Amino acid sequence: MPKDTGIGASSKRREDVRFLTGKGLYTDDVSLHAQAHAVMVRSTVAHGRIVRIDTSAAAAMPGVLAVFTGEDFAAVGGNPAGWLINSRDGTPMREPKRPVLAHGKVRHVGDAYAAVIAETYQQAKDAAEQLAADTEIEELPAIVDMKAAVADAGNRVHDEIPDNLCFDWGWIEDNRAAVDAAMKAAPHVVTLELVNNRLVPNAMEPRASIGEYNPGTGDYKLTTTSQNPHLTRLLVAAFVMGIPENKLTVVAPDVGGGFGSKIYHYGEEALVLAAAKKLGRPVRWTAERTESFLSDAHGRDHVTKIELGCTKEGEILAIRTETLANVGAYLSNFSTATPTFLHGTLMAGPYKVPHVYVNVKAVFTNTAPVDAYRGAGRPEATYSLERVIDKMCRELNLDPFEVRRKNLLTPDQFPYTTPVGLVYDTGNYQATLDKAIELGNVAGFEKRAAESKARGKLRGMGLSTWIEACGIAPSHLVGVLGSRVGLYDAATVRVNATGNISVMTGAHSHGQGHETVFAQIVAERLGIPESSVEIVHGDTSKIPFGMGSYGSRSLAVCGSAMNKAVDKIIAKGKKIAAHMLEAAEEDISFADGKFSVAGTDKAKTFGEIAFSAYVPHNYPLETLEPGLEETAFYDPGNFTYPAGAYICEVEVDPDTGKVDVVAFTAADDFGNVMNPMIVEGQVHGGVGQGIGQALCENTSYDENGQLLTGSFMDYAMPRADDVPFYTVDHSCSTPCTHNPLGVKGCGEAGAIGTPPAVVNAVIDALHRGGMTHVTHIDMPVSPHRVWQAING
Amino acid sequence: MQMSDSREIKASPEAVWAAILNPEVLRECIPGCTEVTGSPAEGFEASVTQKVGPVKATFKGAVTLSDIIEGRQVTISGEGKGGPAGFAKGGAKVMLEPVEAGTRLSYEVEAHVGGKLAQLGSRIIDGFAKKMADDFFTRFQEAVEGPAEGDESLAESGEGGESGQKKGWFKRLIS
Repeated sequence: MPKDTGIGASSKRREDVRFLTGKGLYTDDVSLHAQAHAVMVRSTVAHGRIVRIDTSAAAAMPGVLAVFTGEDFAAVGGNPAGWLINSRDGTPMREPKRPVLAHGKVRHVGDAYAAVIAETYQQAKDAAEQLAADTEIEELPAIVDMKAAVADAGNRVHDEIPDNLCFDWGWIEDNRAAVDAAMKAAPHVVTLELVNNRLVPNAMEPRASIGEYNPGTGDYKLTTTSQNPHLTRLLVAAFVMGIPENKLTVVAPDVGGGFGSKIYHYGEEALVLAAAKKLGRPVRWTAERTESFLSDAHGRDHVTKIELGCTKEGEILAIRTETLANVGAYLSNFSTATPTFLHGTLMAGPYKVPHVYVNVKAVFTNTAPVDAYRGAGRPEATYSLERVIDKMCRELNLDPFEVRRKNLLTPDQFPYTTPVGLVYDTGNYQATLDKAIELGNVAGFEKRAAESKARGKLRGMGLSTWIEACGIAPSHLVGVLGSRVGLYDAATVRVNATGNISVMTGAHSHGQGHETVFAQIVAERLGIPESSVEIVHGDTSKIPFGMGSYGSRSLAVCGSAMNKAVDKIIAKGKKIAAHMLEAAEEDISFADGKFSVAGTDKAKTFGEIAFSAYVPHNYPLETLEPGLEETAFYDPGNFTYPAGAYICEVEVDPDTGKVDVVAFTAADDFGNVMNPMIVEGQVHGGVGQGIGQALCENTSYDENGQLLTGSFMDYAMPRADDVPFYTVDHSCSTPCTHNPLGVKGCGEAGAIGTPPAVVNAVIDALHRGGMTHVTHIDMPVSPHRVWQAING
Repeated sequence: MQMSDSREIKASPEAVWAAILNPEVLRECIPGCTEVTGSPAEGFEASVTQKVGPVKATFKGAVTLSDIIEGRQVTISGEGKGGPAGFAKGGAKVMLEPVEAGTRLSYEVEAHVGGKLAQLGSRIIDGFAKKMADDFFTRFQEAVEGPAEGDESLAESGEGGESGQKKGWFKRLIS
């Protein structure tokens, strides 16, 4: 019988009441007295030298209050990169300054070089258009193609970086010779060159920011679309604006999706704060949809050559990759970590492969910055690996299921140290593979294929067995690897006098359902109703600290911090109960919401203890402080390693090249599951995004660096009819061994495991149709590309 | 994008050449053009209003003539700024050669768009540019040689009676 409350119950998402009834409060919904409106002036060329900006006409237009250009921010700091990567030769990566507003040069279409503040949005917009007309930018040749960028020393995105190279990273460099030797000795080598297509995150809510300044106190407030308000506060206050952190409050209210793109600090946030101070009025800015396409951090954009050395029987002996990773025009906050430590460290996959070497060159181009997007580096690793394994199976005529089974790590091998530096704590990859085979009815595939064929369609089946490292991460480890921040988290559990609870968490919910799940956990542990627990997040003035939500870390890290704070509450409750019940503290046990004396029927309810803590008439005041509120910080002992097996079935129309995903099975191991319904929803969303990447989405820049896909008419988001009903399972659970909840994280899984399963299925369909000349099709596997492959 | 085409015009190369260099002809023949000023030597200033897919804008910009081989060849380059709509720039290399029927006019066009035009209109820009070029040279042909014989409907369509009367006006002017 499934539980109907607490841990493991599919409690309904309480936040949906406000979301589904239009009662959410997003940044753009915040309306303040005397607010002014900002409009950014953005470059229409990809690369150019700013010759002249004449602000006089724009400044004189009706309603205009202020005009800012890059010059106004020349003295403040740049938006920093959060992770230092050293090149193979030991030199540190190149870090060009990323200014609030472009100064001297514009470096991508959409690069903001000025901003206009006016009484109304329309006035600001009109003046911004005037300013654009009064600006002279000398267009320079655009650097778009990564191979050309590193080959052309003369044409530079940043004048001080001659080859447009940010870093040339080897992982693990010391293993390179051994990997080369293993590859050379391998009986068979499979080579695949592939592109991991650039994606625009396209959160439903565009970015928005409101700056406030109180001249009476010197306090700033930033309301913004952020996945991590404390990190934004740190970046904008300490690094860019030079504001003391105690004088800046950052609030991220309801946020309509982020997928990574709202982790980062953007220049508009500093701009509205500076403008608010200058004018003594609140200043607001909201991106238009096309501005989001132009200026949000994009995702993926790798060009990879992967080689796999194996035996003729399909035993993997060595893997070697060379990747060009596009970082765009500037380094976004985690852009250097994404293609390196979130990518190279996963290149062993869930397999017992002895030799792995990864080389990544990060390249500056005249395109929007690229950073972590749902999955962040791990989808790129998984795609390369699962595609090349599929190619190996075809070259050697091996069964892809058997090849996976042969190479997967077995449960007795954990903890397992991979050749790329991670320690997988636990897993059972065979179990998820078996579960997927069962649920996907692999045995019945031939019959379904015959039925498709009768309708003139080619049916194919694709498999991907994926793993990720999430719940980032032990601070001491990421510190060694170059992270400039710690990656712990914090929570405060405040028990009110009447026994209900406010939890202040460092996680930020922007669609995930934390308000429901975190309450389930606290309610279960304290034996109180879920409705007695309120989750507070997204406000630096209310919550103790937090690194926010990304990398599937909220439950594993922030949830563990909260759990630790609950431990402290229970420990203090025992002390209070011991006093009230006149027993020894070690004789007090806590279960089902009651503190009781072992071996007796003497007990106090949680509510009675809470009341006593706040009305301490009968209370050990000489040894114990009144009140019942605890804060805990939690630094994880390791990454968590969710893994799973995905099976995709497609039908390809050989006449048109159209691909339909007709069945999709996802069997995942997320460790302990707190709310199955929400986990299932997370997998649905991730798989949908994965199918979007595989079949639909592509970010296209032309040779001049013009973004050709700047609207939903031009950028193909997956729609309801592009995805099938999913079969989702997470019963094969091996609980995480190092966090108290035993959870692993499920937010990114679908986006990681799905793309190779889809593409493998398309190739399978074409091979079954006799088109064995097709060995690879780059994503998005659009009808056009499939048709070309069929007829090429 | 790039495209090329050619067409035969029933007029002498000298007449065609004179028409190409005439700002009034350009104003009449560039679809959506409301104003052309200047001279072949100093270049022209042009103003063109066009709608590309969802983007409608008035483009103002300079038109320059280069690589001139008198009576034979000219490259017409232009860059138009459409304010918030972005910009369009490009060039047409026009070559003339005498043929039995009059003149063969060949052209090679290269066009680039930027800003909102690229972000929202790129999927239709190829077709749009081809139509612009077709319209231009059709109008140009008509301006130089008059409406095609027996093609009453063509003269009546387009912009109605006024433009119908104008067909072939340049030819009448110089013949």
